Amino acid sequence: MTLDPIRKAEQEHFRTLLMPTPFHPRLAPLVETQSWYGWAGMLVAHSVFDEELEYFAIRSTAALFDISPMIKYRITGPDAERCLNRLTVRDVSKQKVGRVQYTAWCDDEGHVLDDGTLFRLGAADFRLCCQERHLPWLLDTARGMDVAIREETQEIAGLALQGPTSFAVLSKAGFDGVEALRPFQLAEFDHDGGKVMISRTGFTGDLGYELFVPATAALSLWDRLWEAGRLHGLNAIGYNALNRARIEAGFIVANGDFVTAETALRADRVRMPDEIGLDWLVDVDKVQFNGRSAILAARKNGTLKHVLVGLEIDDNTPAEAAIVYHGNKREVGLISAAIWSPTAKRNIAIASLERPYGSEILDDLWVEIYALRELKYHKMMKRARVVERPFVKLARRSANPPARF
Amino acid sequence: MSFDAIIIGGGHNGLTAAATLAKAGRKVLLLEAADTVGGGASTVEFAPGFRTSGLAHIINRLDPDVVKAIGLDTSGFEATAMPTAILSETSEAIVLRGAYGESIDGVGKEEAAAFAALRKKLLFHAGLLRRFMKKPPPELGNTSLKDLAAHAATGLKLLSQGREEARDVLRMLLMNVADISDEFLTDDRLKGLLAFDATLGLHLGPRSPTSLMGLYYRLTGEALGASGGQFLPRGGMGAVAQAFAEAATAAGATIRTASPVRRIIANRGLAGGVELEDGEILMASTILSAIHPRTTFHHLVDPADTQTGLSRAIGHIRSNGDVAKLNLALDKVPQFQGLSEADHKGRLVIARSMNHVETAFNPSKYGEYSPDPVMEITLPSLSDPKLADTGCTLSAMVQFAPYALREGWESGKPKFLEIVLDGLERHAPGLRASVEHAELLTPADIETRYRMPGGHWSHGEMQPDQLLFNRPVHAAAGYSTPLEGLYLASAGSHPGGGISGLPGLLSARHILAGGSR
Amino acid sequence: MQKYDVIMIGGGHNGLVAAGYLQRAGLKVVVLEKNDWVGGAATSRELTEGFLYSNCSYVCSLFRPEIMRDLELPRHGLQIISYDGGAVFARNGDYLGTYRDHESHRREFARFSPRDAEAYDRYSRDVTRQCRFIQPLLMRTAPDPFSFRPRDISELVYLARKFGDMGAADMAAMMRFWTMSISDYLDEYFESPVIKASLAISGIIGTALGPKSPGTAYVLLHHYMGEVDGSVGAWGYARGGMGAVTKALAASFQSVGGTILTGSEVDKVITRNGRAIGVALANGDEVHADRVVSNADVKRTFLKLVDEKDLPDRFVHRVRHFKMRGSSGKLNIALDSLPEFPALPKDSRCLRGDMHFTDDLERMERGYDDWKAGRWSADPFIDMMIPTTLDPTMAPPGKHFMSCFVQYCPPQVEGRDWTDADRDAFAETVVSQISDYSPGFRDRIRHMEVRTPRELEAEVGLTEGNIFQGELTFDQLLFNRPVPGYAQYRSPIDGLYICGSSTHPGGGVMGAPGRNAAAEILRDAKMKPAQMREAHDVL
Repeated sequence: MTLDPIRKAEQEHFRTLLMPTPFHPRLAPLVETQSWYGWAGMLVAHSVFDEELEYFAIRSTAALFDISPMIKYRITGPDAERCLNRLTVRDVSKQKVGRVQYTAWCDDEGHVLDDGTLFRLGAADFRLCCQERHLPWLLDTARGMDVAIREETQEIAGLALQGPTSFAVLSKAGFDGVEALRPFQLAEFDHDGGKVMISRTGFTGDLGYELFVPATAALSLWDRLWEAGRLHGLNAIGYNALNRARIEAGFIVANGDFVTAETALRADRVRMPDEIGLDWLVDVDKVQFNGRSAILAARKNGTLKHVLVGLEIDDNTPAEAAIVYHGNKREVGLISAAIWSPTAKRNIAIASLERPYGSEILDDLWVEIYALRELKYHKMMKRARVVERPFVKLARRSANPPARF
Repeated sequence: MSFDAIIIGGGHNGLTAAATLAKAGRKVLLLEAADTVGGGASTVEFAPGFRTSGLAHIINRLDPDVVKAIGLDTSGFEATAMPTAILSETSEAIVLRGAYGESIDGVGKEEAAAFAALRKKLLFHAGLLRRFMKKPPPELGNTSLKDLAAHAATGLKLLSQGREEARDVLRMLLMNVADISDEFLTDDRLKGLLAFDATLGLHLGPRSPTSLMGLYYRLTGEALGASGGQFLPRGGMGAVAQAFAEAATAAGATIRTASPVRRIIANRGLAGGVELEDGEILMASTILSAIHPRTTFHHLVDPADTQTGLSRAIGHIRSNGDVAKLNLALDKVPQFQGLSEADHKGRLVIARSMNHVETAFNPSKYGEYSPDPVMEITLPSLSDPKLADTGCTLSAMVQFAPYALREGWESGKPKFLEIVLDGLERHAPGLRASVEHAELLTPADIETRYRMPGGHWSHGEMQPDQLLFNRPVHAAAGYSTPLEGLYLASAGSHPGGGISGLPGLLSARHILAGGSR
Repeated sequence: MQKYDVIMIGGGHNGLVAAGYLQRAGLKVVVLEKNDWVGGAATSRELTEGFLYSNCSYVCSLFRPEIMRDLELPRHGLQIISYDGGAVFARNGDYLGTYRDHESHRREFARFSPRDAEAYDRYSRDVTRQCRFIQPLLMRTAPDPFSFRPRDISELVYLARKFGDMGAADMAAMMRFWTMSISDYLDEYFESPVIKASLAISGIIGTALGPKSPGTAYVLLHHYMGEVDGSVGAWGYARGGMGAVTKALAASFQSVGGTILTGSEVDKVITRNGRAIGVALANGDEVHADRVVSNADVKRTFLKLVDEKDLPDRFVHRVRHFKMRGSSGKLNIALDSLPEFPALPKDSRCLRGDMHFTDDLERMERGYDDWKAGRWSADPFIDMMIPTTLDPTMAPPGKHFMSCFVQYCPPQVEGRDWTDADRDAFAETVVSQISDYSPGFRDRIRHMEVRTPRELEAEVGLTEGNIFQGELTFDQLLFNRPVPGYAQYRSPIDGLYICGSSTHPGGGVMGAPGRNAAAEILRDAKMKPAQMREAHDVL
């Protein structure tokens, strides 16, 4: 009974419930709030020094957020495009090399398994980033095709660099040519004897980039950005600040704003793309894909039950987890995310409503807010209006070339 | 020439579907990969001058509805009923006469009465189950008034023999055959027969829960007008296939043999044609696949045209066979101990006891063959002398011989053949010396020869989790599939395996009724 | 002669649960227990000085928290301690740990298969979906589909509605789940043999079935439905051993005026004019009551305690063919020191949970083949724990109590009764397997109690030593348990009831059969329980 040393060493994982990310040595000294939490088993910060100020770093200067725990799959091989076309609702054959697609994928019944971003690194080389884990589903989707699928979450470190001065930071850091990147475009740049992949993407609705680098080069990348960011107001931020920005941008979070099909325990909790505001992703003209016929049938038969909407609510109390009513008493949905938007100066929320409320019936909607004030609930009924998402739309996000601010 | 429907696979189910559709005025093309139609229903000359049924060898569930619907002419192969004999090395054989032992020789009066009582009970239960075999699988969550009425009728039938008998139906339905046999019988040889009949063609032992279902299934079949009836077709099973083919042709269907299909052509979830191995493309709005569902979805349909969940479920179908087919050319008629000369024409079962079947099953769980297998033997040339120019043919189903033999069948097969011949020799001394030629088809051989994945003649285990609305998988039960225009009609679909023609008939009727999902 | 409202035959956990509810409702109840202690198969016994043995049942999860609350068991001393996880030791020197922490669990699975690690969530979700349907049924009397009484019809409608609430795909999945073998079910999710072996354990414990037997997926569910404080599927130790459960039940019962008479073996149920009126004790005494409830299993109750001639033939036939089939044995070991398992890293929490040595399903299944042939498994499956790692009350400081549940172990050895030599040889098989993974294990053993089905039947009265008082196969579940037409805790004899694990919903230290039986008895007595909560919705 002997065990090779590598396997023996792997056993030790149980001593550390939350694994440090590759950036941890740099991030840890900065996290003055010490408010850590677990994201996919890795240690990340809720906040770094002050949630409020971190938010303004995103909207006013530049913010650095560790996205290493995001689940990443590498899909390669001659049939990679075919496989991903079977998997996702968008047409991957239209995605050029060097482009990024925000996309979603469904089970056979058309219920959303997850949303995520698909990076086309080469003709036969993709990276899929998402919130939940899907290896068995991906492997089964690849059955009968010449394609290799590998989870690379641990090997690849990721950073989101977001905010008006983010381009200036990259430029200062010497990433020449980054000015050519248009939104949803990616390119590789030299770094530390290797490569870093930079895409003009993000989860803030602001000008911003995401950087992916082998975990071994994570710290040198951090240092390079940090040094360059000195004069551009670069701050490390935690999830709470990012979450505010993403709500303003109207982005949804899997298992936050909708329940993914593989985790739902109750049959009525699953959602089709059209029920979570992702109908625009579904490309009905492309080849066959998982969920296609179910989605088309639901559209045709009018059996879609829910709709995800942006709400603007009277006054300024965030309506987190509030019930939405129509008229006096009829319960029609639930708010899954809500904040007071500092940038828009509006009280905003993302809500899931039962059709026809939110789809056809838009008036007379109310939310019931329980605000805990010194151990007493202030109970309020506030009027809500269905509004366009994003709640905050910034021209700088898509300006070409990006401005330096 | 254009067709309304293309049927892939010329087994008896494909032929039944072809005949049914053609009779209704559809223009039907049936494509068969082999040089002759019939699939597992065939007659082969396995040694010069010796012919036998290639795989299936007994008719015991040819459905009267099918016969009527397609105008099947049975006169060419129908023969007289045959008894079942339970062989013994040490005593006279027990012989069940009539349809599954309407009378029984070789056991005491009490045991015969006990058997009669059990037989009556099982036939009653099987009669209830037959109601589900004759129509498409029930749809879950979407019960029509017609279904409700049918269920109510079944409920009334259930109560027709009183409340206590009804309670027994719900108690026994998913039990194992061993416990039921122990509950009602005492003679171990009879228990051995029930155990054998319940588990033949299944990856279950008699003590495995739900194994009684196999016996129920057998008794839902009928032949010569009686549940549990059986006969050896004259001319072998190939003659039966021939009759099916004639019915299809007479109805106006076009049959093309030696036309293997390479792929099913589909676009955006809609199937519309097939491409043959030679590159020829044939289009039709209805494609009906009467071959194994796994071949259909994992080999003929491009993975990009199916959905992941369906493909995954298809991959989970358990379809590894455990039965080997033995064909022997003998220079004379073998003499089985304790068996009258006339009864040599019957179905001869070697299964000494419940425990014999159970211990024969055990090794198959680990990819090993039975060191002491159980088997069902027929001597077809005794009833139909045309099958052997001289001597005698012996055709047997031998179990358990797992498809995925751990040591591999190349080295395993000669050893297993020895074991099987030794087993026969013990019951028919001198048999070995009279063997002129022996052919043993392992499930791996059956897979290759008859294009049945896993060598499973039912195209998928007939266990409760793979029946009704879960046959072959939930998303493709009831003959329609998620690929619009593609339908299933093999034994892999409801109600399942055996030479019944029901999957083909029900599928074709489903298509004629509009074929909606 | 004392006259009571209700006699409870046997002081097992279900008997005490039912007695507790009945006494609280205002009935005068006496529990008659043959042994000098109560508890049945949930006991803590000091069989060697200073050591408390949970010598039958050994972990607590299935016991319904609603019952703990109704009967105020925490007030009467019951305390459940959750444990973290466990381990399956592999023959190659590795081990598979299981952890409550989701990510640790995933990373551990990933050591064996990255795919399996990510498949686990879907597996767990699917099993939980099945639980959601079945769990509320535990605390309801199973409807009789053929009685056509309004109550049964409305209960059938409830079931049909509940079933109908699921989508068609879920219904189909459920029909599959109920009839599949745990081996086939796991094959649909996992590829690693050791992961499958680890997950299959709950599919076979207590049954006379192998992992490849259809129906074992349901058995898995039976074990999965437990919870500790709302954490579904969690398991824990009762502080002070499993006797703490029944001790608290007894204290709760006595605190409201209930009477327990130990050393009072019941010989016969006395009937007059087709009605049970009392019992005759082995010592010749008689105790009379309006109602008699049996906590004994269905065979013992109707084939031994009752005259067959008082019962319908068909009923006797069905009771006789009710499957008990003991399949397990038990080694209870007092240890001088904590055993070492070199495969486990230092300070591993796995040592505090359930440990096993069967690293693939084939070994498990072959163990079952031995049982079918009437032998104990040559390479047995062992569910081993050392509760003293979390509960210091069960052994002197530094010493430990180890519980080894062993499968498979037949009620008879190749058709004959067990001998002491057989029992010793059986024990040696187990000790030798543990020793393979724990050097010096033998030297730590101070005292050992070996229990085969023979001992289990003799002491606790479980026929054939079946720990569930009857197999959990479809023909013995819900309205078929124990006998079709008598699945509502009543019997063909007026005033005679049955409340043990032979009744719905079956075995394990769950208490639900006792609770449900009490509800039916009170219904007949036209009384209301003082407090009987509906099942919590925790999923």
